[in-house]
Amino acid sequence: MQVETRAAEEVLNTSASVQKKQVKKSFLKRMMKQKALLAMSVPFLIWLFIFKYIPLWGWSIAFQDFKPALSLTDQEWIGFDHFKFLFTDANFYRVLRNTIGMSTINLVLGFVTAIGLALLLNEIRAAKFKRVVQTISYMPHFISWVVAASIISYGLSLDNGIVNIILIKLGIIDKPILWLGKATWFWGINGISDVWKNVGWNTIIYLAAITMIDPEQYEAADIDGASRLQRIRYITLPSLKPTIVILLIMNLGYILESGFEAQYLLGNPMNLDYSENLDIYVLKYGMSMGNFSIATAAGIFKTVVSFIFLFSANHIAKKFDQPRLF
Amino acid sequence: MKQKRLFKATRHHSGAGDYIFDIFNYTFMVFLCVIMLYPFLNQLAVSLNVASDSLKGGIYLWPREFTWANYQHVFGEANIVNSFFIAVLRTVIGTLTSVLGTAMVAYTISRKDFVLQKFVTIAFVLTMYFNGGLIPNYLLVKELNLLDSFWVYIIPGIIGVFNLIVIRSFIEGIPESLFESAKIDGAGDFTIFLKIVLPLSMPVLATVSLFVAVYQWNSWFDVFLYNSSTPELSTLQYELMKILQNSNASLSGKTAADAFANANSSANQVSPTSIRATMTIVASLPIIMVYPFLQKYFVKGLTLGGVKG
Repeated sequence: MQVETRAAEEVLNTSASVQKKQVKKSFLKRMMKQKALLAMSVPFLIWLFIFKYIPLWGWSIAFQDFKPALSLTDQEWIGFDHFKFLFTDANFYRVLRNTIGMSTINLVLGFVTAIGLALLLNEIRAAKFKRVVQTISYMPHFISWVVAASIISYGLSLDNGIVNIILIKLGIIDKPILWLGKATWFWGINGISDVWKNVGWNTIIYLAAITMIDPEQYEAADIDGASRLQRIRYITLPSLKPTIVILLIMNLGYILESGFEAQYLLGNPMNLDYSENLDIYVLKYGMSMGNFSIATAAGIFKTVVSFIFLFSANHIAKKFDQPRLF
Repeated sequence: MKQKRLFKATRHHSGAGDYIFDIFNYTFMVFLCVIMLYPFLNQLAVSLNVASDSLKGGIYLWPREFTWANYQHVFGEANIVNSFFIAVLRTVIGTLTSVLGTAMVAYTISRKDFVLQKFVTIAFVLTMYFNGGLIPNYLLVKELNLLDSFWVYIIPGIIGVFNLIVIRSFIEGIPESLFESAKIDGAGDFTIFLKIVLPLSMPVLATVSLFVAVYQWNSWFDVFLYNSSTPELSTLQYELMKILQNSNASLSGKTAADAFANANSSANQVSPTSIRATMTIVASLPIIMVYPFLQKYFVKGLTLGGVKG
């Protein structure tokens, strides 16, 4: 607790370093008065340091020849050897390709479908019908990926899968396809699954932004005789631009977060080459093979690259005078 | 705001193009609902159909030979009943502790006069941008002796920063005068939190409770990572995940799930497909029944967090 209050003092002191003594005095006085507030936040501050900051120290094991049997202080330091291994490992490049491939597909598909659905929902005038559609479209977001994966793999299955049944009835294919057995199709299946699960949920933020649009714009458009599509094209879509840009920036920072559950749960030995991503690589090296150092190194790589992406995206947004995160 | 909504002013269509647009749009929405709902209704139908009959195929929206046998079988398995109980327990305890804790911290950082306000806020918000990663987190949990324990479901995730920001934004919207008058009446900070902040924040607390409860109910990865060697702490989602993994491992079919089913097949006539469908329904029904009633709140809560976060 002392450490934290000292750090907090520093924050206060730098903001008003001239009246240092005065601040310190009133600071202590205020602190005594705010015992209840301290009691409500300090335990969680300690929790925060243990569970969110201490693991950062665990990054050091990426630079060590980590042996679980030894204590953390007795480990042997070996520098960047694990990173060198990563960059020569063909599997690492494969999972990196899969990660970027899938997150790009998810990003593009996710954006286009959510914006499209929000625009179409906004054009529905029957309020009750609209609400029912929205409620139903949120549902897949609330179920777990385990349930979703179970449903998806059933829907894509060879014998009773609805996808094969429909495609055969329509005459598009003449015998059932083992969809999850085709490695090269996995990115697409993963992307469509992600859209199915989250498209309804992702419209919420766009629909909220649409309610902010000044109704007078639409009235003026009506007087000019604009059609529905023209109103979408020239009023709604441009008004959504700031929202779209900021969400795009946020999502670019997560380009190496292609998700883990969908790939892990829909993955099988037949599609492994295209379903394994960075998170699964970390899990495999760390938990299955027990090589904590390499797994941590891969984790660090992911975090650092994400950081660079986030800051670059923010910088680009600043250049083009767009809204940005920080 | 709703009254002001856009298209009320223009009730007339401006042309044939608009009719075509409407027909397309409404058809599309019905199609969308079918895609979202069908998989559940199909699983429900399979779970209520006689297992041996389901294998012949052709079950779509309605069971052909109705039976409760699949449910009786699933709830006859001691480990599944136990995993259901653990899932309920972690959802209830996890949600209560998380919402209460997050609300407390949110209140303290909503108070501009709080001495640690800036420090606590920054310390929490910073953690949105980095993460120790799988292995360091695992080692921490191991060091803290939380492996193979129920509390690993509760403690590591007790506060979510997004939820914290959502609740703080809401509390900041409570009129200052309410706090002032309570202070004049001699109420301390803790009394204010209990008597004013908590009751007035109910809408946002309902939203956050839903988010946390859904997260808790749906979790399986922490069970897998930390408690996989303690079957009595398994949850429903993890049990379903194991069945799914078994059928993934060999797509052709003869797996542990079959063995599980075959062990009882002479008596109960169950199959892996039926068990999976039944587990799917049991694992998702509680959430599906709850979330529509909280829709108004979570839409508002999400918007608040999105705009101010």
